[in-house]
Amino acid sequence: MSFKPVILWTDALVYLLVAVIIVFAWYVRRNEHLRAPWRRVIRSASGMVSLTVLIFFIAVGLLDTVHLRPAVEKSNSANGERIYSVDVLSLFDLIAGPLRTRVEKTYSAPFAAYLYARETVELPDGKQVREFPRLEFGGAHLQDPETQLVADVVRRAGAGGGVGLLLWGVVVASLTTVLARRDGKNFLPALFNIWRGTTEVPWKAICGMLALILLLLGAALALCGYYHIFGTDKVGQDVFYQSLKSIRTGLVIGTLATLMMLPFALFLGIMAGYFRGWVDDVIQYLYTTLSSIPSVLLIAATVLMIQVYIETRTELFDTIAARADLRLLFLCIILGVTSWTGLCRLLRGETLKLREMEYIQAAQAFGVSHWRIVSRHILPNVMHIVLISTVMDFSGLVLAEAVLSYVGVGVDPSTISFGTMINAARLEMAREPMVWWALLAAFGFMFALVLSANLFADAVQNAFDPRVKILPAKAGILPHRRRREESKGKSVSSTVEDSF
Amino acid sequence: MLNYIVRRVLYAIPILIGVNLITFTLFFVVNSPDDMARMQLGIKRVTPEAITKWKQERGYDKPLMFNDTEEGYAQFTHTIFFEKSAAMFAFRFGRADDGRDIAHEIKTRMVPSLAIALPVFLLGLGVYIVFALIMVFFRATYVDFWGVVLCVALMSISGLFYIIGGQFLISKLWHLVPISGYGSGPDAAKFLVLPVIIGVVSGAGASIRWYRTIFLEEMGKDYVRTARAKGLPESIVLFRHVLRNAMIPILTGAVVVIPLLFLGSFIAESFFGIPGLGSYTIDAINSQDFAVVRAMVFLGSLLYIVGLLLTDISYTLVDPRIRLE
Amino acid sequence: MSPLLRIDNLETVLHTGSAPVWAVDGLTLHILKGETFALLGESGCGKSMTALSVMRLLPEAGEIIAGSIRIGEEDLLLLPEAAMRGVRGKRISMIFQEPMLSLNPVMTVGDQIGEVLKRHFNLRGLLAQERILEILNQVGISDASRHMTEYPFQFSGGMKQRIMIAMALAGEPDLLIADEPTTALDVTIQAQVLDLMRDLQQRAGMAILLITHDLAVAAQMAHRVAVMYAGEIVETAMREDFFSGPAHPYSQKLFDSLPGKAKRKQGLRLAAIGGNVPPLSREFVGCRFADRCDHAWELCHEIAPRWSVVASGHQVRCHLFNKDATQGIEGPEFPSRGLEAGVHDLERSEGDESQPSLSSESRISHPCLLSVTGLKVYFPIHKGLMKSTVGYVKAVDDVSLKIQRGKTLALVGESGCGKTTVGKGILQLISPSAGSVRYNGVELVGLERNRLRKMRAEFQLIFQDPYSSLNPRMRIIDIIEEGMNALRIGKDSNAGTAGDQSGVPKGRKVDALLDSVGLPPETKWRYPHEFSGGQRQRIAIARALAVNPKLIICDEPTSALDVSVQAQILNLLKDLQANLKLAYLFITHNISVVEYIADEVAVMYLGRIVERGSVDEVLDNPKHPYTQALLSAVPVIDVESKRQIIRLRGDLSSPANPPTGCHFHPRCPHVMPICRKTYPETSMFSSTHTARCYLYPPEQDPE
Repeated sequence: MSFKPVILWTDALVYLLVAVIIVFAWYVRRNEHLRAPWRRVIRSASGMVSLTVLIFFIAVGLLDTVHLRPAVEKSNSANGERIYSVDVLSLFDLIAGPLRTRVEKTYSAPFAAYLYARETVELPDGKQVREFPRLEFGGAHLQDPETQLVADVVRRAGAGGGVGLLLWGVVVASLTTVLARRDGKNFLPALFNIWRGTTEVPWKAICGMLALILLLLGAALALCGYYHIFGTDKVGQDVFYQSLKSIRTGLVIGTLATLMMLPFALFLGIMAGYFRGWVDDVIQYLYTTLSSIPSVLLIAATVLMIQVYIETRTELFDTIAARADLRLLFLCIILGVTSWTGLCRLLRGETLKLREMEYIQAAQAFGVSHWRIVSRHILPNVMHIVLISTVMDFSGLVLAEAVLSYVGVGVDPSTISFGTMINAARLEMAREPMVWWALLAAFGFMFALVLSANLFADAVQNAFDPRVKILPAKAGILPHRRRREESKGKSVSSTVEDSF
Repeated sequence: MLNYIVRRVLYAIPILIGVNLITFTLFFVVNSPDDMARMQLGIKRVTPEAITKWKQERGYDKPLMFNDTEEGYAQFTHTIFFEKSAAMFAFRFGRADDGRDIAHEIKTRMVPSLAIALPVFLLGLGVYIVFALIMVFFRATYVDFWGVVLCVALMSISGLFYIIGGQFLISKLWHLVPISGYGSGPDAAKFLVLPVIIGVVSGAGASIRWYRTIFLEEMGKDYVRTARAKGLPESIVLFRHVLRNAMIPILTGAVVVIPLLFLGSFIAESFFGIPGLGSYTIDAINSQDFAVVRAMVFLGSLLYIVGLLLTDISYTLVDPRIRLE
Repeated sequence: MSPLLRIDNLETVLHTGSAPVWAVDGLTLHILKGETFALLGESGCGKSMTALSVMRLLPEAGEIIAGSIRIGEEDLLLLPEAAMRGVRGKRISMIFQEPMLSLNPVMTVGDQIGEVLKRHFNLRGLLAQERILEILNQVGISDASRHMTEYPFQFSGGMKQRIMIAMALAGEPDLLIADEPTTALDVTIQAQVLDLMRDLQQRAGMAILLITHDLAVAAQMAHRVAVMYAGEIVETAMREDFFSGPAHPYSQKLFDSLPGKAKRKQGLRLAAIGGNVPPLSREFVGCRFADRCDHAWELCHEIAPRWSVVASGHQVRCHLFNKDATQGIEGPEFPSRGLEAGVHDLERSEGDESQPSLSSESRISHPCLLSVTGLKVYFPIHKGLMKSTVGYVKAVDDVSLKIQRGKTLALVGESGCGKTTVGKGILQLISPSAGSVRYNGVELVGLERNRLRKMRAEFQLIFQDPYSSLNPRMRIIDIIEEGMNALRIGKDSNAGTAGDQSGVPKGRKVDALLDSVGLPPETKWRYPHEFSGGQRQRIAIARALAVNPKLIICDEPTSALDVSVQAQILNLLKDLQANLKLAYLFITHNISVVEYIADEVAVMYLGRIVERGSVDEVLDNPKHPYTQALLSAVPVIDVESKRQIIRLRGDLSSPANPPTGCHFHPRCPHVMPICRKTYPETSMFSSTHTARCYLYPPEQDPE
């Protein structure tokens, strides 16, 4: 199958972000003092467990970022020229093809074999009955759903979960082998170490989380080919598919909005703090003015205006996806522009403090240029603030997207996101009996994403923020110390200081 | 001190002008009135006459900044900038698309907004501080640990979920209070209970955790050790010494939002069908009523600036170091 | 007599990071009623943790795991927390090091004292008021009725410490624990507070546990002294015994590392203790001091010494004094020496040839390297509606000084007198408001930015705080090379010879620099956090030296360091001066450092130099009343001498609003009517010694 790769604006920025993260990781690996706080993150059980969850979200999001336009087979293409579909699909869409294409007529409940709404069906004998018709795809393989459904679901879920656990076993075994080889131990002691939780990295917690994820994932994958595990929405689309698609939108907004504001906040914050005087006055005026407009209103007003701009210039975009994508990008930019003020203020304050540090004065006494002082002395020393605020902002932005989409100033209605899902499902609240699954699926996925992001952010903050003191759990009974008289031994110098 | 306050008031003026310029740019420069007319009328039905009529109805048919068809002051006053933007300083917001006077709407809708936002604010502040103090009192124990975990979990739930969940559980399932609506007088209470509770709960996670951090930071200071060295019991240390110092950042952080309470809550009001400013704004956004949105942006900024001013004043009240210097 | 406080085998642990830190390890001591007991030690030796253990006020991470603390017959460690609260503030009170941080900023002083009365005596209302007034009067706060309704920020540092003392006294305690009570204060204020404490103790008959790092403070205050090292007490003795003959090698080293006039006159190097205090998280086998001890032998590394008795009441924890352990090595080989003996000993062992003779003749002939005339640095005060300038803080007001090549000028003064601003004004890090700074004949004030930059290699700066003076995100090599890169040093020299400009030669220069400050070359790949305070200060010196300066402005380079480390740095600075012919402007408040290192002294008070001259002239024969008071306020170790001590009243005035006439007149014991009117002219006592005071006739022909 041939296709034409498409790089949307947000895709390009996501690639850029990934590249930045890779470069950053490579740089950190080379510098011991940068590695130290990350090591604290790695040791935090809650941080690593949430990271494990996040990685699955990120994997889905990245798959959903690689966009392409498949070729359309045209029967009468005489000149052999390929025509590409106007639909922009992502790698994820291709993988989840069945989920995407198997659309029912309208609502159906999770694991249902029947539609949620009565329909007038013409029986073979010509009589017309109003009944719940069978779904076209969900549970279509069953002869008699009434009796077989539960057993079939359990069987398939069990099989899928079993495969998941098998995979988990393989992963744990290879992990243990790697660890054992690294430490020069045998397999069993290494496994035992993991089991007892005595490893430096909390492998036990990670493996536990991984087991849960793989179990659920295995079961879900095994089932979703035969059922709509989260039901379908008004136009019969699979809710599970929509939930997975929403992940990318959430991730893009959570990361790109910050990426957009970083240059502003960094540049202006450091300028204001370093040069003080009128530069400071101007920048302070700028951010006080911007931040004095309540952010929801500013975002709403700006999005409205962008909407007008886009809709009066439809000729600029060749696909719907491109248009929706541009709106997503603008939303990120707007969220970034309205939220840079907080970070800017923080950075200004920190720079004001830093510029009084004696090492900066020493640099000034050498006649080092302002540019070099900022880039070598100030920038590296404020990076932890940038990092902390980036991870802390992420979850807030994901939540904000839902609210904004609900208000009607969020993403394009054609973009699948948690907000648009909730917005669509909300209208059915009053329906009797209630259509609850779309709401619950959206909230559930969002909760998992935001909670793991929050926990990870906490771990990062604890590791990087010098002000956060970790209260050590008071060990009531210490492992009793060996008495000094015991035997002679050489004193081991534990820090550099003792060696000279 | 008076000097200080006067200076802060004077400082607010350029900020308001800045806000005005931003809104003006946003509403009239990014898209010309013609664009807005085309958008509102629908791309298909658009005719030059319809656009002119649309602009005339709203008073958008004048030049932006400078009117060379007029003479004297009118060159500047008969412009969109003067009539639409500068007029806001006199609270002349003009008319909404449905022909009603925006200023009048704002006045009548403030009350319901305040009826929800004020109880949420006061109740919230009290509840959050109490919970934060409890967690600090039991710091480094399981109470504190699970409290923080609960806070993080609460923070991770979308605000929409609290509203939808609350409506479903309390109104639909248990039929305790009406799902939505608003009444006046004592009747209003039954409509307000649910939104207020949900308002308090949805802000709980973040606020409690934030207050706890402030308290803990304060607990680490030297004067706390001094207080303990006097033999004071932990409760007095906490309530008399720590609380009083921690109230400085907490109160001043809270004072900023007091004026903004007039704007109400966007989401809650529209969910609960309360005729406040929040739902007014949402409706305006959905119907793309630019005049209303513009008025609300200006009003919101004005209230925020008043909040900043109040913060400065409240600093002088709670902190003797600022009061007496 | 049964002791008031008795601590037995106290072990306190801090759970920080990976390994638990044994902050106090098996500490035993007792304090008698009405006695002052000084616990001496360098930073990190566990003395503050001992005090907090007694109060049971350890930080969250701290835990007492063994031992007993008895007051009278009661074991404090067995008391329930509620009963312990009855002890705190009542039987035992405590005052802390930082009076600025130790008082609640939003409560009035009266309320804070009243809390104690209410808690322990249930005194309220008028009765409490009266008692508060009485206590405030006792601690020497005049106009107490007004001051008791004021907030802590309205008081100066010394006054705050008085209020802390008042709060501690309010419970009428049997024992007062004073944790470095005067470390954060200026010498003249320190003298006031120490006097007050001694006075109160004699009147109230309470015992004091004085925790200090300052030998001289202990010498002035204590009845008995204990020296703490690495979590345990290594020596305990009566004051007289200890100061006339410290026994433990560590104690002796502490004495020898004190700078002072005697050591300079003999051209001596200070005895520095090599290395650092070992981390208390590690296991100890043998004596904890063995690694740094000159007298250690195998036994010291293998078995921890037990207590040996030197004389009655004088015990030491050292194998040298253990008859069984030393066998052949009897006491005489290692006598307990007095201070003088120590000095002579040192002279023998460290007679350094490179040390320049510091005779007074050689001082005059040198050409002048830096000459500052009429330097003024004013900071505008903005006030009012439009933030208009209503006045100036005259941080530096008409300061003139000269430094000769290869010489040291010490600029002495209390905090806030503007001495640091002088340094920055000279370096043009702050642009002066008026005056001229001529370096080698080139006027620096108003010099164009690029030309000034070229000059910057000539004069460099060393800071006080070794922790904020190095960028934590840069490797040592980058820190040292920064100045070389900025000023293109090292590039010019090898540009013609080698194509690779930034290559080997510069690297070799860094190695050489590190070597010259006593650090091995491989340290250049490390980051600052891996070094101790003294090592960081060495790196900072290497950084300054990298650009081959001729003048270094040292801004309190040793005041954040322990005495033993201070000695290392002072030795290093002296060596460098001798080898590289450096001139120093040495800014400090520490008179004994001045005595040791300076050739000339200038004394600053509120932005002006009140007296200057050669070090002997000024320190031996001070003319200005302020200099006299400053010198007499410095606590000295010599317990025998009964000096006439001049006590100054009040605090330093604000430089924003200095007193009219002579700035010093409100505190001056010799104040005359004329002092209040105009600032005095210069009086000359010799070609080098001048002062500005009306007590002396003004100079005949002003320069």
